[in-house]
Amino acid sequence: MSELLSNLLLGFQVASNPYNVLFCLIGALVGTLVGVLPGIGTVATIAMLLPITFGLPPVGALIMLAGIYYGAQYGGSTTSVLVNIPGEATSVVTCLDGHQMARQGRAGAALSIAAIGSFFAGCVSTVLVAALGGPLTSLALLFGPAEYFSLMVLGLIFAVVLAKGSVLKAIAMVLTGLLLSMVGSDLETGAGRMTFDVAELADGIGFTNIALGLFGFAEIIRNLELPAESREIVKAKVTGLMPTRKDLIDSSGAIARGTVLGSILGILPGGGAVIASFAAYTFVKRIANVPSRFGNGAIQGGAAPESANNAAAQTAFIPLLTLGIPPNAVMALMVGAMTIHGIVPGPQVMTKQPELFWGMIASMWLGNLMLVIINLPLVGVWVTLLRVPYRLLYPAIVVFCCIGIYSINNSPTDVVISALFGVIGFWLVKHDFEPAPLLLGFVLGPLMEENLRRAMLIARGDATVFFTRPISGTLLAIAIFLLLLAALPMIRKRREEVFVE
Amino acid sequence: MFKLLFRALAAVLALGLASAPAWAQSDYPRRTITVIVPFAAGGPTDVVARIVGEHMSRTLGQQLIVENVVGAAGTTASTRAMRANPDGYTIEMGHMGTHAASVALYPNLAYKPDVDFEPIGMAAGTPVLILGKKDLPPKDLKEFIPYVKANVQKLNQAHAGVGSVSHVTCLLFNSIVGVKPTAVPFNGTGPAMNALVGGQVDYMCDQIVNVVSQVQGGTIKAFAIGTAERNLALPNVPTAKEAGLPEFQASAWNALFAPKGTPKPILDKLTAALDKALDDDNTRKRLLELGSDLPDKARRGQQPLAALVKSEIARWTPIIQAAGPIN
Repeated sequence: MSELLSNLLLGFQVASNPYNVLFCLIGALVGTLVGVLPGIGTVATIAMLLPITFGLPPVGALIMLAGIYYGAQYGGSTTSVLVNIPGEATSVVTCLDGHQMARQGRAGAALSIAAIGSFFAGCVSTVLVAALGGPLTSLALLFGPAEYFSLMVLGLIFAVVLAKGSVLKAIAMVLTGLLLSMVGSDLETGAGRMTFDVAELADGIGFTNIALGLFGFAEIIRNLELPAESREIVKAKVTGLMPTRKDLIDSSGAIARGTVLGSILGILPGGGAVIASFAAYTFVKRIANVPSRFGNGAIQGGAAPESANNAAAQTAFIPLLTLGIPPNAVMALMVGAMTIHGIVPGPQVMTKQPELFWGMIASMWLGNLMLVIINLPLVGVWVTLLRVPYRLLYPAIVVFCCIGIYSINNSPTDVVISALFGVIGFWLVKHDFEPAPLLLGFVLGPLMEENLRRAMLIARGDATVFFTRPISGTLLAIAIFLLLLAALPMIRKRREEVFVE
Repeated sequence: MFKLLFRALAAVLALGLASAPAWAQSDYPRRTITVIVPFAAGGPTDVVARIVGEHMSRTLGQQLIVENVVGAAGTTASTRAMRANPDGYTIEMGHMGTHAASVALYPNLAYKPDVDFEPIGMAAGTPVLILGKKDLPPKDLKEFIPYVKANVQKLNQAHAGVGSVSHVTCLLFNSIVGVKPTAVPFNGTGPAMNALVGGQVDYMCDQIVNVVSQVQGGTIKAFAIGTAERNLALPNVPTAKEAGLPEFQASAWNALFAPKGTPKPILDKLTAALDKALDDDNTRKRLLELGSDLPDKARRGQQPLAALVKSEIARWTPIIQAAGPIN
């Protein structure tokens, strides 16, 4: 314990060096901007800023890059709440309740709770990284391909359960998402699948293209269909910028649960943070007293996923700092940054370069603090933005989205694909299909497929391996249980109908 | 009066424009040079490109900017580099995969590495090691080879994806030993290393950069390294020759290429700048820290690289073809 404290003290000494504080601030600001602007993502930004960090001292460079990463999580929730466009894959779930709250005039409360929840989650997970880095890593190592597959299946069931409408339609959406994720190149052979020889599709349909199409463009088309008076985003009067005491009390449970789920799932290399956000949402919806409030502006629906994704963003550093193995694309860039600065990431960084390790951990906490200080006052600015007349707002949104999509690959085809999904999304919404499960299916599809094939390869084609391995079996059991739970009302209703007849 | 002025100006302009090709050559480089790297930022090839590029920028007086173009084991980037304007402002950091192994791996490859590119020079190589999971019974290569032969049905060999260095070099190892284990593909060396450390796969062949910290930390075992001499970063790992497998010579070489048709004076300038970078103490130190294998004078420059590309294509093609369509 005292060792932990002395290490943390060392960390804070490193982190409070004025230069490092400055780097942290710059990183956080850039990250927030990246998260808010649709299109350009964290990976691209960090890759672009890597060369600038060459002249900086290693610890400072890493602090800045880390700041961009978790800053983007904060920023991503802003567009989700305001205009129903997820800035990152992890903010998709925030759209569900967050935007509904904005429509009810409570955008301020939604954004503030997201910031506060994220801050709390950030603090807790930083402590976890500091104290339990080692043991948590061994947990991560227990997850083999079979376990990942089962986790992804569980994640898909979450996607079904969190839908507020018909379960059957949600399943249809999830399956469509899975199908769309198959477009691209095969993992093992590199052969093209459903690409129709379009070069831009060789690496798959981009997440941003679908997200901005289904959520952004479709929403705009739908709004434009309404008569001019009903188009404004905010339907009710704006009732204050800060969450009320009741809001804080109501969401405290959700924040805590989101933090726990996010911290655990973030360690798992791969889709940890995405699953964390909708696992948290599904969990709080399941245990809520009135589940039907979810999807209609329940504050827990915004608090839980936001806490989860920030917690996951922090704990994603654990495998990087303890093992030197990057759990996702952003961390892989951090490894690159470390390598370029002459630091070889690995199991010995903790002991051989304690200032780096503990300095980064301390600056994560500092970064979270800075972000909440930056974001809370900005809430007023964002809410004012919503009052802009829709006929001026929507062209701006369209332009920003197009620029964002184009900036990813300098490819006009991407913008066309996105527009196509806008039309598809409009059709879906008119027929009461929800886009969120589709997007989640799309994100999880490749991970599921990879891990399924890998697990089968290792097990030499024996499919029972998913049930015989303990962790995998448990996860699948939970998944089946949840699916039954979700389908039960439908079955009961059918039985009632039969009885009535 | 103005008419005369006009005509004079037109003549000067015409003369000036006529000498434009000469400008390009004598004043090269006049703007930033793009180095296309076929892999994600932070990986071994990218790091080598950045370290070498930094020094070359100083020599040439213009910035060398890295552009990462990821996809299809680096062939997307190489295709783009081949199609670029041969004016010396776009070059590529190719490697053993993109400019040798890809010929056999991709029958529909859009380029021929030995014909469609002008060689500039080799930059640095990353030696490849034979690695095993921590709990694997064999203690060294002598025990590992018979172990693999005896247990080939049970063993899982990881690699970072079809066409990657880890894939192709393990094909070499497997063909020397004479086994065909189950190859488990991953999406990059990060997940593959993760699986090896976690014990879900049994062995792998990977580049030294990704491996040093794991071996030093004891989370995996290294049986041998595929270069002629032991590496400074991992002095306790025997060379393949010492350990009894001299045919396993594997080092993922990284080299600079320019599109075909780039003028010779420009190529020579680039080769000279690369050479200077490889002589610079600081650059050498940073590359050696990563475990890189730096070329001596005999292996640097355009002719040795051209010969290397040809010999590597000849070496890897039969190995890859022998492994069958999906491996």
